[in-house]
Amino acid sequence: MARPEAGDVILKVENISLSFGGVKALSDISFEAREHQLTAIIGPNGAGKSSMLNCIQGFYHPQEGTITYRGIVRKPEKSHEAARNGIARTFQNIALFKGMSTLDNIMTGRNTKMKSNVFLDALYLGPSLKQELEHREKAEQIIEFLEINSIRKTPVGRLPYGLQKRVELGRALAAEPDVLLLDEPMAGMNIEEKEDMCRFVLDVNEEFGTTIVLIEHDMGVVMDISDHVVVLDYGKKLADGAPDEVRNNQDVIDAYLGVAHD
Amino acid sequence: MAAEANSNTSLDTFPKYLIENARVRGDRPAMREKDLGIWQVWTWSEMAEEILNLAAGLIELGVKRGDKVAIVGDNRPRLYWTMVAAQAVGAVPVPTYQDSVADEMQYVLEHAEVKVAIVEDQEQVDKMLEVKDRCPNLETIIYDEGRGMRDYGDYDFIHNFVDVQAKGQAHRNQNSGDLKQAIADGHGEEIAIMLYTSGTTGRPKGVMLSQNNLVKAGKESVKLEGLDDTEDTLAYLPMAWVGDHIFSIAQAYTAGYCVNIPEAPDTILTDLREIGPTYYFAPPRIFENLLTTITIRMEDASSIKRGIFQYFMDHAKRVGVDILDGKPVGMMDKLKYMLGDFMIYGPLKNSLGMSRVKLGYTAGEAIGPEIFAFYRSIGINLKQLYGQTESSVFITIQPNGEIRSDTVGRPFTDVEINVADNGEIMYRGPYTFVAYYKNEEATKETKTDDGWVHTGDAGFLDDEGHLRIIDRAKDVGKLNDGAMFAPKYVENKLKFFPIVKEVVTFGDQKDNATAFVNIDLEAVGSWAERNDLAYSGYADLAGRKEVYDLIQDCVEKVNEDLSTDSHLSSSQIKRFLILHKELDADDGELTRTRKVRRKFIAERYDQLIDALYSDKPEVHVDAEVTFEDGRKGRITADLPIRDAKCFDVQPHLKKAS
Repeated sequence: MARPEAGDVILKVENISLSFGGVKALSDISFEAREHQLTAIIGPNGAGKSSMLNCIQGFYHPQEGTITYRGIVRKPEKSHEAARNGIARTFQNIALFKGMSTLDNIMTGRNTKMKSNVFLDALYLGPSLKQELEHREKAEQIIEFLEINSIRKTPVGRLPYGLQKRVELGRALAAEPDVLLLDEPMAGMNIEEKEDMCRFVLDVNEEFGTTIVLIEHDMGVVMDISDHVVVLDYGKKLADGAPDEVRNNQDVIDAYLGVAHD
Repeated sequence: MAAEANSNTSLDTFPKYLIENARVRGDRPAMREKDLGIWQVWTWSEMAEEILNLAAGLIELGVKRGDKVAIVGDNRPRLYWTMVAAQAVGAVPVPTYQDSVADEMQYVLEHAEVKVAIVEDQEQVDKMLEVKDRCPNLETIIYDEGRGMRDYGDYDFIHNFVDVQAKGQAHRNQNSGDLKQAIADGHGEEIAIMLYTSGTTGRPKGVMLSQNNLVKAGKESVKLEGLDDTEDTLAYLPMAWVGDHIFSIAQAYTAGYCVNIPEAPDTILTDLREIGPTYYFAPPRIFENLLTTITIRMEDASSIKRGIFQYFMDHAKRVGVDILDGKPVGMMDKLKYMLGDFMIYGPLKNSLGMSRVKLGYTAGEAIGPEIFAFYRSIGINLKQLYGQTESSVFITIQPNGEIRSDTVGRPFTDVEINVADNGEIMYRGPYTFVAYYKNEEATKETKTDDGWVHTGDAGFLDDEGHLRIIDRAKDVGKLNDGAMFAPKYVENKLKFFPIVKEVVTFGDQKDNATAFVNIDLEAVGSWAERNDLAYSGYADLAGRKEVYDLIQDCVEKVNEDLSTDSHLSSSQIKRFLILHKELDADDGELTRTRKVRRKFIAERYDQLIDALYSDKPEVHVDAEVTFEDGRKGRITADLPIRDAKCFDVQPHLKKAS
């Protein structure tokens, strides 16, 4: 299946180091993510994957190095500012509003696109009404895209885990991001759910041309769907390249399979 | 309708009806579909535009009179439009079951010599591409849903539905004459549709129904039941099934009512509630499932609610059916029923989406007397009808006021019924099919020269002229002692218990009857939960001693019931086992319409049958299963076998009819 052509470098990570007190989470990491590509960050537990994602999002600010997004060096940002700049994310542990319906959760993702005016909104008049309809339509398109029509009005807390993950992806998509950061989108899923999720991630990439950076544990999944793989271990970069290159890299094999010490 | 009187003779095809409806009731809704969370409406004149544009687009693609057009997908407005658009240019629509695997589909496409396939989405396009090499006639593929299709640009024979329509519109602007001429050239003798019957044995057969068959079936049934253009139906049954074709095309066009299309297969219950159809059709299975859901939910309700529910349901059971049939009922009972309607029946009907149902049909299989009575008692006019693809559905229908659960009613308008010497029901009438496509032998076997059609069902007309069906004629067998054995009759009795999903009985040329049982995971699962019985999955639950005890109870109740029937008392089930997996169409055990394929199961599980006729207390099974995506796996299990109590014949009791 043909995927969108890789574009220019959209995200450039240069010599990043991050430490919490004495703990060095990331040291001297550099890689690039190209527009419309699917970049995966993999590594064992504690390798620094989530920290890396948080740095890209702007939630953590690395002590050293720079992250350049569309040619502009990123400064510390609040999450909603990042979202407004075209970076949206999902979380390893689902962070949805459990009491709200699927539709409402996805509508919250439109938050950065909404303009509000207390008086008009209170009366639900003119522009407010029109605005709601537009956003609702966009949310409905996402619902259809992710095939979650049947749970549109179901409170998210009542849904199984796999579906909650899908709703979370929906909420991130609602912000119409240029870059989508996915933190272990397939963790804790069974094979069927994983296959569905892979399909949706690929569909997002194909249909909207969204650049995706994802963290994943499951090597099989990563090798199948990504264009570019970055391997981290103990906060250091082990390898960086196309899935096939990475698969045959001796350091990666050692880190994943263990190595005999003699 | 005044227009009908003078147009009766000229309205002999559905494309003509389309144009007539657009003229007479152009602003009335013809079709609704829920899209992006909102019900979108097409009026008759809008729908006519869509269909005519598509028809002209088909002309542009070179579709000629007599060509076959396959339709593959879930119920979608555009796929329904395709049927009439194809008819408009004189082509024959061939709807196929969209969940069939590529091989099954290939047979139909090749046999029908399909030239154009109109399919729902990328999944179906891939299926078509997979079989295209083996279908030499297949020239063009048109898809409805564009998602995921952008990489198919290299194939010049794949078109987007809207592009075809756009070309069609341009064609109509330039030379509007030829489409009009094509529609005018259509006549009642032409084949309107070819439906492949899934067939419990052998390859599917293409049943050819003419415009006359279907137009008349639609018109007469609409007249009989007093349906008009204010009805709403929900089109959710497979488009390749004759029933859906009658309800969503034939009756809809002749009465001019609105067909509503659900958003997705898994939103049907929500959509049903939102639309509130006035006319509803469902196979017994769906009514059973709904009732099972209600029962489960009531068991979880608080004791006060349960009490009120029970009290009013008992009252409905006593007088509800009489009130529905308009029979005299005491004043007090009437008032109490009204109160019940306010407190229980009304809200219940509302949550089922049946508040507005004027008429409900069930057919395809026997429905449990209790299930039937339940729906009728809360005021839903549910009726049974008997029919098949070859008869354009209608053979018999229950007239108002003469509704009983064990018969299927009187012959439909202009249908004659005859019971052959071997007990097989035969019928004749204006709705009988033309022939099987390219299968003269099968046509001869089924349809006699003077128009009588073999149904393959055994049954009889009772004293009041109502038809009662016992079983498939070929399935009715004999036990070794010469007594009659009607497997399906027994199976249906057992399936009326909500915890039983499917049953297969054996007994022909054996000493006694035995059975395989499939439990209903939802019902038994909920029971297990209430009784603190932990289980890991279907196979585990099915093998539990407690579950066996439950099923044994059901079997023995059926045996007791059978012992009162002088014909069938020998069919009592002596030994049974619970299967470790659900019977599945993907494994070939059921047909696509979920009927049991007896012979196949008997061959596949012969070691289990041998064990049933031995005195072994358990049997080992090792079977291959096919998953939904086509992969295969194995399941092994040890299945216990139980003996059930049989009852002596009680000839002094009245026959249960």
